Amino acid sequence: MPSLKDATAIAGIGQTPFAKQLGDSEKALACRAILAALADAGIAPSEVDAFASYTMEETDEVEVAKAIGAGDVTFFSKVGYGGGGSCATVAHLASAIATGQASVGVAWRSRKRGSGPRPWKNTAVQLPTPAQWTRPFGLLRPVDEIAMLARRHMHEYGTTRDHLFNVALACRNRANQNPAAMMYERPLTRDMYMTSRWISEPLCLFDNCLETDGALACVVVSAERARDCRTKPVYVHSAAQGLPAQHHGMVNYWNDDPLSGPAWTAARHLWKQADFGPEDVDVAQIYDAFTPLIPLSLEGYGFCGRGEGGAFTEGGALESGGRLPLNTGGGGLSEAYVHGFNLINEGVKQLRGTSTAQVPNASTCLVTAGEGVPTSALLLRA
Amino acid sequence: MADAKKTAEPLLMPTVDEDGTPFWTYAARGELRIQTCAEPTCGEPRFPPRPCCPHCQSFATRWQKTSGRGRIWSYVVPHPPLLPAYAAHAPYNAIVVELADAPRIRLVGNLVASPDAPLNSVDPARLRIGARVQVVFADLDGITVPRWILERP
Repeated sequence: MPSLKDATAIAGIGQTPFAKQLGDSEKALACRAILAALADAGIAPSEVDAFASYTMEETDEVEVAKAIGAGDVTFFSKVGYGGGGSCATVAHLASAIATGQASVGVAWRSRKRGSGPRPWKNTAVQLPTPAQWTRPFGLLRPVDEIAMLARRHMHEYGTTRDHLFNVALACRNRANQNPAAMMYERPLTRDMYMTSRWISEPLCLFDNCLETDGALACVVVSAERARDCRTKPVYVHSAAQGLPAQHHGMVNYWNDDPLSGPAWTAARHLWKQADFGPEDVDVAQIYDAFTPLIPLSLEGYGFCGRGEGGAFTEGGALESGGRLPLNTGGGGLSEAYVHGFNLINEGVKQLRGTSTAQVPNASTCLVTAGEGVPTSALLLRA
Repeated sequence: MADAKKTAEPLLMPTVDEDGTPFWTYAARGELRIQTCAEPTCGEPRFPPRPCCPHCQSFATRWQKTSGRGRIWSYVVPHPPLLPAYAAHAPYNAIVVELADAPRIRLVGNLVASPDAPLNSVDPARLRIGARVQVVFADLDGITVPRWILERP
């Protein structure tokens, strides 16, 4: 059977500024990020013949293709479940290119979540199944749904607020090195964290990601083509999506083991296809809409045992020079929250050697998508 | 404390679908019933309701009455920003209850001091994972929803 392994590469990345409010429309931001990624790759827009994005993306491929001047497009795909789809956009392009359905793919996400509405306030959309079982009881927001799992994890395994602070701090420290990050000039202290306001106990303000206007994109081509591009290729070594048996989305309380989420399913496939394992990962970009997703994902992707995700964060493990440097651009918590696309681009920067918090000689990177929802993940290698 | 039914903004009502209708119909009679496979060789309960059994694929369904007893599996205490009706009660609790009769069936709800008491009627300091709770029913504008009270208040 043909393999995806190293068959394709990310040859270009692009992004707009990140801010609470940007003047451009989402469509304009999408076009700016995509054109920047194509310029980075040295590929003309007219060569683009594949697109992939999220179902929550408001600008469709028709609008993007005609605005940037794409050629005839032969593959286009949208992935569902919010941030769970981030890595799958690249995975779908990689599959299409590896099987000859297209040759130049663009994945993107553009979102004005900083200045736009909060999705959970749209009750007409949010209330139908399965929300009839949760939202009337005041479990209104994603943070409430994840806080429920976090409380249970604390109860079962002794995970503490200090562990969650370790996550928030690592992301903030990297953002403080990244001039493009929204929190570049805003250091975080333990005292600030411990005294901040609650959002949904046991989670406080700093356990929540940012609200950002911005867009990012990347260009996927065959490995052969990538070697002729302007920048160093970053190979898509392994890719997986994950929808576990009896999974129920973010209100994942109704199966046998709610603390083993989609990460576990994606991970099994991801590692099965890979030439290396968790112990060989130099740097990780793990989806961080909320801090508890990090311990849950560390367990799911096999960096530690079940229940050990909190303890793993101790001793600076997630910091530069630690056991697993995390979210080195600042992540969703401190760089920008654009449904995790900045994690993909940061993974590429690390393997090019151009991150603002560069891990020396990084050659392997795990990138993950939203945990707690049907998810996806990528293993990238230099 | 404000009565939930008298606040200007109503709480959200369940948007009932075809699969879920019996749950709410039984709730209106003061019964907590769970969709259960009616295949004699299976009999597995399932939640949320769905057209067929994920264990044996049968479409035969019955609604099994439960004791209405359970334990708190986890809980949160939401603070603003929230929808106005909920912000009026914040901080309040939302709990997940594991049913005594079917431990893998877990229901989201609220721990209250009495059936019609508001979502913030129990001191959050009294919330504890593992606490035994009993279902009660509250009538909100036209729909009956389960609430939970501590077995030993």
